[in-house]
Amino acid sequence: MTDVDRRDFLMGAGFAAAGAAVPTEAAAIARPPKEMPPQAVGMLYDSTLCIGCKACVAACKAANNMPVDIPEHLSDWNETTWDSAEDLSGHTLNVIKVYRNGTVEQKDREIDGFAFIKRHCLHCVDPSCVSVCPVGAMKKDPVTGIVSYDPDACIGCRYCVYGCPFGVPQFDLNNPFGKIAKCEFCRHLQKDGKVPACCDVCPTGASLFGPVKDLEQEIERRLAAPAGTPYRFPRGKLGEDRPPNVGTIPSYIKGIYGEHEAGGTQVRYLAGVPFPKLGLPTVGPQSPASLAEGVQHTIYYWLIAPLVAFAGLAFLARRNAPRPDADNTPKSQGGRS
Amino acid sequence: MSIAAPLRRNLVTPTTLVLAALAVIGFLFIGMRLIYGLGAVTNLNSGYSWGIWVAIDIFIGTALGCGGFSMAILVYVFNRGEYHPLVRPALLGGLFGYTLGGMAAFTDLGRYWQAYNILLPWHWQPNSIMFEIALCLLAYTAVVWIEFAPVFLERWRFPAIKHFLDRWMFVFIALGVLLPFMHQSSFGSAVLVMGTKLSPLWFTVWLPLLFVVSAILMGYGVVMFEATVVSNSFGLPSEHALISKLSRVVGWVTVGWLVIRWADLLDRGVVSLAFAGDLKSWTFWIENALFAGTAVVFLTPAGRASQRASFLGAVALLVAGALYRLDALIIGLRPVGNWIYFPSLPELMVTIGIIALEILLYLVFIKMFAVLPVAEESSPRTADRRLP
Ligand code: SF4
Ligand code: SF4
Ligand code: SF4
Repeated sequence: MTDVDRRDFLMGAGFAAAGAAVPTEAAAIARPPKEMPPQAVGMLYDSTLCIGCKACVAACKAANNMPVDIPEHLSDWNETTWDSAEDLSGHTLNVIKVYRNGTVEQKDREIDGFAFIKRHCLHCVDPSCVSVCPVGAMKKDPVTGIVSYDPDACIGCRYCVYGCPFGVPQFDLNNPFGKIAKCEFCRHLQKDGKVPACCDVCPTGASLFGPVKDLEQEIERRLAAPAGTPYRFPRGKLGEDRPPNVGTIPSYIKGIYGEHEAGGTQVRYLAGVPFPKLGLPTVGPQSPASLAEGVQHTIYYWLIAPLVAFAGLAFLARRNAPRPDADNTPKSQGGRS
Repeated sequence: MSIAAPLRRNLVTPTTLVLAALAVIGFLFIGMRLIYGLGAVTNLNSGYSWGIWVAIDIFIGTALGCGGFSMAILVYVFNRGEYHPLVRPALLGGLFGYTLGGMAAFTDLGRYWQAYNILLPWHWQPNSIMFEIALCLLAYTAVVWIEFAPVFLERWRFPAIKHFLDRWMFVFIALGVLLPFMHQSSFGSAVLVMGTKLSPLWFTVWLPLLFVVSAILMGYGVVMFEATVVSNSFGLPSEHALISKLSRVVGWVTVGWLVIRWADLLDRGVVSLAFAGDLKSWTFWIENALFAGTAVVFLTPAGRASQRASFLGAVALLVAGALYRLDALIIGLRPVGNWIYFPSLPELMVTIGIIALEILLYLVFIKMFAVLPVAEESSPRTADRRLP
C-alpha cells in the first residue's frame, strides 16, 4: 500500500471501528423498561365470552362522538342503519373482528371453527407512541397509566402510527383537518367514575374493566380452573355488584396476550384460538421504546459526546480552513488564492 | 488549482423549462394536499403511515444533500485541502436538499398548521428521536445557508458581514459536520422503534451507524456525480483527477460499511431471510450488490482511471444508499394487517416536482453565483496554506 492508500484504507477502517463501540446485544443498550403504574387501570377481553354483538363498537362510537363507518362494498344493503366498521380507522377506535376456518362449526376452535377478537389500544406500560411523539401529544398518565392523545399538540407526523407495535393509532387521512384516532380508555368517563363504554355495555363480560392487579388475579382464577368448571364471569367493572354471567370455564389456549408483549400492556386477552390466528401481532417482550431511547440516550448522554465533538471539530476547522486573511498577508506567498 | 466563478450562461434552456414545468405540477398537487388532505393525494394507509414523501424527500433527499457534510469531513477534519474546489458545489446541493426536504416534511405533516409546536419548549419531548431530528434539521439548514452566504456576499459586496463571517466561519464549519452526524444517525435511530415491524434484514441496533456512514457515502457520490455531469455539460475543465483520488477514499469507506452490515447480519444469523425470494430479499441483494460494485470500481486502478466507470460507480453508490433507506423505511416493513402501499401518481409527481426544483435552483445558482471552479489558477494554493 502506498501512503495515500493506507490513509484511505484507515478512513474506511475507522468507520468500521467506530461502530465496534456499540454493543451488539440489543438488551445491553436498552434503557430500563418502565414499570406498571401502581393504580393502573386495565381491561380483560376474553374472546371465548364474546358473542360478536358489537354493542361495544356502537357504544364506543357514541361515547366518543364518532360517526358510523360503512365500507363502500357494504353500502348497498346497509345505508346508514348500523356501524359495520371492518378495521380501526380515523373514526373507529374499537372494532370486533372474526376468525373463520374451514366449516366454521364451533366457536373458539382453531380448525373448522370461529372466534371473535376485539382491537383497540392496549395502553402499553412502556408505550412506543409516547416515546416517539415529538411534541408530547401522546402522554401516559403516571397514576392510571391511560395513554391519552392531545390533538392541540399533535403536528400529524404519524410517527406514532408508524411506531405502535400493535397497529393501533390511526390518522384520519381523508379529512384535511384530520387527527389521530386512538382509544383513550374513555378517560372522560373514567374521570366521572364511570366504566369505559365498551365494558359498560358488554352483555357477557367479555370486555371487563378493572385495576390491572385485580384483573391479573381474575385471569389466574380462570386459567387455574379446569375446562367445564361452573364459573361466575363478572361483568362491567371487576368488583362491582352487577349480576355476573354464569357459565363454565372454556378451554383456553396457553398464554395471556398483553402480559409480556412490548414490555407489557394494561389490556389483556384470553382466547380459545392462538393469538396470531386472531390477528394479534406477534411482538417480543422487549419494549421497542426502551431500545430506541437507550441507543439515543447512550449517544446523547448529557450532550457530552456532541459537545466534545463540536469542540474538536471547531479546533480542526479553525486550523484547516483557508485563512480569511490569506489574500493579503505575506503568509500566502506565491500568488493569490 | 482553479477558482470559482459564475457560469454566466443562459438561464432559460429546454432543460430548465422542463424542470420548471415539473416543479409547477408538483406544487399544484402540494396545494391540493394542503386543501383536501393527505388522503386526496397520497396512497398512504394505516399500515404505511409514511410514504415516499418521508422516505425519498426527507430521508433520501437530505442524504443526497450530504455532499457538503462529506466534503467538510475530508477537507477540514482530515485536512485534505486539495479537495477544496469541490466544497462549494457540494454545499449548494446541500442547501437545496435540506431546504426542500424541510418543505416536504411540512407538506407531509398531517396537522401542518400546528407545526410550530415543535419550537415551543413546553411541547418538547426530548426522548423523541423525531424531536431531535426536527430541531437538528432546522439548525443544519440554517448552518448550510450561513456556510454558503459568502457566495452571496461576494456577489452583492457586503464587506462588513463577509469579514465577520470569514472570521467565525470555523464555528459553522464545525456545526456543519456535527449536525449531520447527529440527524443522519438519528434517521437510523428513528427506525429502531419498529422492532418486529421491520424485517431483520434491516432491523439492527447498528441502524444509526449504518445510516450516517451511508449518508456520508451518498454525499461523496453526489459530489462525484455532480462534478462529472456539470463539467461535461458545460464544457468545463474536467475534475476527473480529483474525483479519481476521492474515489479511493470512498471505496474504502464503502468496504467499511459493508463489513459492519454483514458482520451484523451474520452475527444475528438472519442471512437466510435473504433467500426467501420475496420482494424484500430481492431489494436486499440489489442494494448490497450496488454497494459492493461501487467498492470494486473505486478500488481498482482501471475503474478509477476510467471516467465512465467512476461515474457509473458514483451512480451505483447513490442508488444503493437510496435503496437502503427505502428498504429500511418502506419495503422492509411488516405492518400489522394486510396493508400494501405503492405511491399514487400525484404523490410521485410531488416528489418529482421537488427534485426538479432542486436541480433547477442548482442550475440557476451556478449560473448566477461563483460556485464552480472554472478558471485555472497558476499557483498551488494548498501548499501555501501549510506554511507557518
Ligand atoms: S398499543 Fe400502540 S397506541 Fe396504544 S399505548 Fe401501545 S403503542 Fe400506544
Ligand atoms: S402524529 Fe401526532 S400524536 Fe402521533 S407522533 Fe406525531 S405529533 Fe405525536
Ligand atoms: S375504552 Fe372507550 S374508547 Fe376505548 S375501546 Fe372501549 S369504549 Fe372505545
